[in-house]
Amino acid sequence: MEGTGLGIAKGMALTLKHLFRKKITTQYPEHKLEVSRRARGQQFVWRADLCTGCATCAKSCPHGIIHIETSKNGGNKYIVDKIEFDIGRCMFCGLCVEVCPYNALYMGRAYEQGRYSRRLLWADRETLMDPNIQPSAYGHPELEPQIPEQTLLVYDQICKETVGKDD
Amino acid sequence: MNHWYYFVDLFAKVRTTFVEWLQSFDLPSSLIIFLDSLIGITLILMIVFPIVMVFIWVERRFVARFQLRPGPNRCGPLGLFQPVADAIKILVKELIMPAKGDKIVHWLAPVVLFIAALMVFAVFPIGKGEMGVFTDLNIGILYVVAIGSLGVLAIFMAGWASNNKYALIGAMRGVAQLISYEVPMVLSIVGVVLIVGSLQMSEIVGKQTVPFILLQPMGFFIYFIGAITELNRTPMDMIEADSELTAGYFTEYSGMKFAMFFLGEYINTLAVSILVTTLFLSGWKGPFLPVWIWFVIKVFAVFMFILWMRATLIRLRIDQVMAFSWKFLLPMALINIFVTALEVLAWQQWMSGWESFPWPFIFVNFAVAGILILIWARVFFKTGGGRIEVGGYRARNSQGYGVNPQAPV
Amino acid sequence: MELKTQPFILNIGPSHPSTHGVFRMKVLLDGEVIVDMEPMFGYLHRGIEKLAEGRTYTQNIPFTDRFDYIASMMNNLAYVQAVEKLAGIEVPERAQYLRVIMSELMRIAKHLLAVGFLTSDLGALMTPLLYMWREREKIVDLFEMVSGQRLTYNYMRIGGISGDIPPEFLPALKKFIKEMPRYVEEYDQLLKTNEILLIRTKGVGALPADLAVRSSCSGPMLRGSGVKWDIRKADPYLVYDRFEFDIPTGTVGDVYDRYRVRIAEIWQSLRILEQAVEQLPEGEVCAKVPNLLRPPKGEAYSRIEAATGELGFYLVSDGSIAPYRFRVRSPELLNLTVLRDISIGWKIADLIVIFGSVDIALGEVDR
Repeated sequence: MEGTGLGIAKGMALTLKHLFRKKITTQYPEHKLEVSRRARGQQFVWRADLCTGCATCAKSCPHGIIHIETSKNGGNKYIVDKIEFDIGRCMFCGLCVEVCPYNALYMGRAYEQGRYSRRLLWADRETLMDPNIQPSAYGHPELEPQIPEQTLLVYDQICKETVGKDD
Repeated sequence: MNHWYYFVDLFAKVRTTFVEWLQSFDLPSSLIIFLDSLIGITLILMIVFPIVMVFIWVERRFVARFQLRPGPNRCGPLGLFQPVADAIKILVKELIMPAKGDKIVHWLAPVVLFIAALMVFAVFPIGKGEMGVFTDLNIGILYVVAIGSLGVLAIFMAGWASNNKYALIGAMRGVAQLISYEVPMVLSIVGVVLIVGSLQMSEIVGKQTVPFILLQPMGFFIYFIGAITELNRTPMDMIEADSELTAGYFTEYSGMKFAMFFLGEYINTLAVSILVTTLFLSGWKGPFLPVWIWFVIKVFAVFMFILWMRATLIRLRIDQVMAFSWKFLLPMALINIFVTALEVLAWQQWMSGWESFPWPFIFVNFAVAGILILIWARVFFKTGGGRIEVGGYRARNSQGYGVNPQAPV
Repeated sequence: MELKTQPFILNIGPSHPSTHGVFRMKVLLDGEVIVDMEPMFGYLHRGIEKLAEGRTYTQNIPFTDRFDYIASMMNNLAYVQAVEKLAGIEVPERAQYLRVIMSELMRIAKHLLAVGFLTSDLGALMTPLLYMWREREKIVDLFEMVSGQRLTYNYMRIGGISGDIPPEFLPALKKFIKEMPRYVEEYDQLLKTNEILLIRTKGVGALPADLAVRSSCSGPMLRGSGVKWDIRKADPYLVYDRFEFDIPTGTVGDVYDRYRVRIAEIWQSLRILEQAVEQLPEGEVCAKVPNLLRPPKGEAYSRIEAATGELGFYLVSDGSIAPYRFRVRSPELLNLTVLRDISIGWKIADLIVIFGSVDIALGEVDR
């Protein structure tokens, strides 16, 4: 019976069955999915109190986007004069976060950080210490309980707020 | 005037009331005919353009539902203004004309397509009685077939005038495909005409106490596939395929001329849906509901079936398309005419008509169609799935081109 | 009288809707039949092999993500295995099982994408593609949960993996494994006996087995031609010798056979995943490796069965913190070299389909 159009009919029956299933898309800017707890977003969070200016993060970056200038204050410790991240050239690999021996660097979770000029993509000291950035749990497993769960399609979730209702 | 009756066949009543109102004045009859025909033309445009806009919207939303997504829903509530947005986008584009192309032919091609597409609507029966949209010609089906073939000319003109070798190749492919599907389509219509005994469209609908899809399953199948190909829709849309090279015969068109091709394709889709409804699905007939609601339901059902095929199927290659028409559909159509003629003879000789007892003939027709498809599909596949090869390339061996030993002969 | 025709050259240019990236083909056509073809690539060459000589071994791992960007954990894995072989580092068991789970999930994801885009090249209006994309979305969600990103994961490290799986990973994975067979059967219902697919892909682009072996093809291209060669069985790495699975092969090596081999590999990957999830032990996930690793002088070549074939890394170390030579044996480039031989004699529409069945990602071809 092969070759008589039955294969096409079976395929069309499958498509018809899909007509009655729920949509799996989300109306994007209005309803957003929740990213993972360990999301390597496009922001960084720097803890000035824990940082000692060892610049291990700068040495471990594959592109060399971290610029740190330190000076000695007469004592034993370094003071960090300038710390800047060139987010325009960063590939968000997270090696700097993993390698910091004092747990002073975190990544953020946001992903819509485009700017209108390349100069604005440099994260300077104030941006890095901004308290409004939510840090992600990549490399810092102690933060995991505080961050909301990810939206998973395998549990038929398309959006936490309005499941199945878009349009 | 009975209001219930007026609501039931709305379209038919509009024209007759207007003509009666005109006749109440004392005008010469030729002027009445002229004004009546103006009303007819307005009626064609009033029916065609809104439904085409609705078709564009339905197509995008419905095909998107098959793909588990909502479709356009930003332009207005439910995306209803999306066709308007498309129209505005196309209208403000610059009209480009290739420098060495033929200017008059380039300008005329979409015009011819548009005229051919619109003229076909003149004879469709959309109301009870002998009422076409414009007129009820007694050679209705012949008129439809003849005018419908003018679209082929438009494609050829478009490809020629573009001065682009790829557009010409695309246009040649399109013309070959359209011409080769005209023949089985017309032959399947002959089957319907044999049963009805007249070419008049309102007669065809009037005689369908049992819809002809039951009496002529093979005819419906052949006509439907031929219609999809005439519309250049999947699975036979390789002349407007994005993932192949030649961008088709309307490469060099933009702006309003492209809009006329685009609209012309949708108007053709509407015409084909109405034809399938009229010929095979018993037109405006149906219980309980008013006549024009049944008509709209059936036309949209046919259109949604075409969309369903578009959302699912894979496109065929051009030589497979041609092989399918000449080697598969044409013999089927001929055998269909033969079997139908035998049945009509049987009805005339031994029964007074088929309306009284159609069920054995329905059964016989379905059985014959099923057996034919089974046997012929086997034969078709065994002969290579319809590959048509041009023998010339094999001879290139001597000139040193590479030859793949696995390629078919 | 013989028909006199003249062949002409057509350029299927670098940016084109149906080439999977920037790839150029110069085709000599006679009417519609191809008589000669020349592929040209290199539009995405970034010089990663040279860049890698100036960076430490750990800093090279994000670069290996960018080769075959669709199945990027496998590139990570091949590179990290080469370094471990060079430096003699032992990987803990839990890390090995997790690496197997990630590899098999990546294989499923890449095959789904390959088959989906093949149907899109054939002309189906993206409907089968979107159905397969839904399953791939579920897999990519799992990866996002583990590593934080959705395309370039940077998950493998020298000596293990970068972070342990969170507690909600295993229930989600088990639900995925339970539901996936139903969806794969739906794809079969849609495509396997579809007559139009059969007449467009059966016999098209047939690759004879000896040509495949001579041209160093590997992966589904080789197995589609009937050669039963899979590095997971022939030269087992990680813990693949503890699992039971088959190697599907085709017969003729045409586009249809390769498509069936890919779907059969998805079934086998689901089998391996079930067994791996059952046998997953506890333990550490990364060996203790110094930050600036200095492997002893020497060279190492390590290969894995990536989704498209044998992916191998050849590393030469001179005792310092950066490799002296970093060389990738790219399976997709070698698979692409037979494209000319298998597409001569077919038509233009078939060329697009054959090219789709070779299934390349330009990042690996050009590096």
